[in-house]
Amino acid sequence: MTPAEFDFIAQYLKQKSGLVLTPDKQYLLDSRLTPVARRFNLPDLTALILKLRSGGDETVSKAVVEAMTTNESFFFRDKTPFEQFERMMLPALMKARAGQKRLRIWCAAASTGQEPYSLAMILKDKALSAQGWAVEIVGTDLSTEVLARATDGLYSQFEVQRGLPIQMLVKHFEKEGEQWRIKPDIRNAVKYRQANLLEPFRGHLTYDVIYCRNVLIYFDQPAKKDILERMAKLLAHDGYLVLGAAETVIGLTTAFAPVEGARGIYAKTAAASSLQAAI
Amino acid sequence: MKHCLIVDDSRVIRKVARRILEELAFEIGEAEDGALALDYCRQQMPDAILLDWNMPNMNGLEFLRALRGGGAGSEGERPVVLFCTTENDLDHITAAIEAGANEYIMKPFDKEILEAKFTETGLL
Repeated sequence: MTPAEFDFIAQYLKQKSGLVLTPDKQYLLDSRLTPVARRFNLPDLTALILKLRSGGDETVSKAVVEAMTTNESFFFRDKTPFEQFERMMLPALMKARAGQKRLRIWCAAASTGQEPYSLAMILKDKALSAQGWAVEIVGTDLSTEVLARATDGLYSQFEVQRGLPIQMLVKHFEKEGEQWRIKPDIRNAVKYRQANLLEPFRGHLTYDVIYCRNVLIYFDQPAKKDILERMAKLLAHDGYLVLGAAETVIGLTTAFAPVEGARGIYAKTAAASSLQAAI
Repeated sequence: MKHCLIVDDSRVIRKVARRILEELAFEIGEAEDGALALDYCRQQMPDAILLDWNMPNMNGLEFLRALRGGGAGSEGERPVVLFCTTENDLDHITAAIEAGANEYIMKPFDKEILEAKFTETGLL
């Protein structure tokens, strides 16, 4: 790939999705866009880029953006954000919402569904609905392709062996051929829809927890700040924001502050100190 | 250094698993079937056992039942046992858990899966 081609595709992705592609990520272009080129019967990336340059083909454009913005996803990825949910956030929220018995969770980069389903499995094991709680989990992603997979809830043997304890597999999945399908009660606990984080958030209610992990890394500083500040408006005053292990709000916005002693967990600045005391 | 016994009748599988687990800083022992694995455990009880299902003489499930039942001494409850087999249906998985397996790996596996499962069971 020539430097001019790289510059074009980097600029193109930035404009379409906000994705910032640094030169060290060039390998991602090869590994992710070669299959896209093949799908549209194009011989190589040069031909694919030429197609994008000539414009007019929305399907190709969409496929390129989706291929480049899709994350690898595991069940219970990084473990800690789920342990923190179970041990800290959930008990605190159940206490605070004991009256209305309603919780709303948003997974803002739901990808192929592993994160929202991991939360749904925790909630199922806690038997919240049996105790009269209504818990809504909303999963959004830029890519309709990954959301179709999430909705389908069908995972390869390889995917169900990364991060998912065997007891969870037995309890919450059914074998289908050589693959594993998440059971309907878990599947139905999550509602999916397509959303671009760069665009105004529409049709959302107030959330108690927002998971926004490993997606901000793709955006530049002003976009990160803008997304976080719009998320703050959708978060309950005593709600939690969960970021990826390599991400932070520090230096980006004062809308959130870290919850002390809980790595990767943030609260609205006004509430952060009282939530610390509640741990 | 933690000590892991690899029980599999395939020399290739033992070699692959050994290489991955040595990288994860385990001290490795090997056995070709369940009967030899029981002998091994009587000599020195490992911290972890990576266990194939289908093997001659004594299969993985028979070995596990014997181990947990005290057939290799009173320490038989201690090792973390991870099945590692091509058997990948719910009946086999359930039987393994009921016999006292801590985790279950469906072959084929790679470093990422072994690492995830060993982490899952607190070995890493």
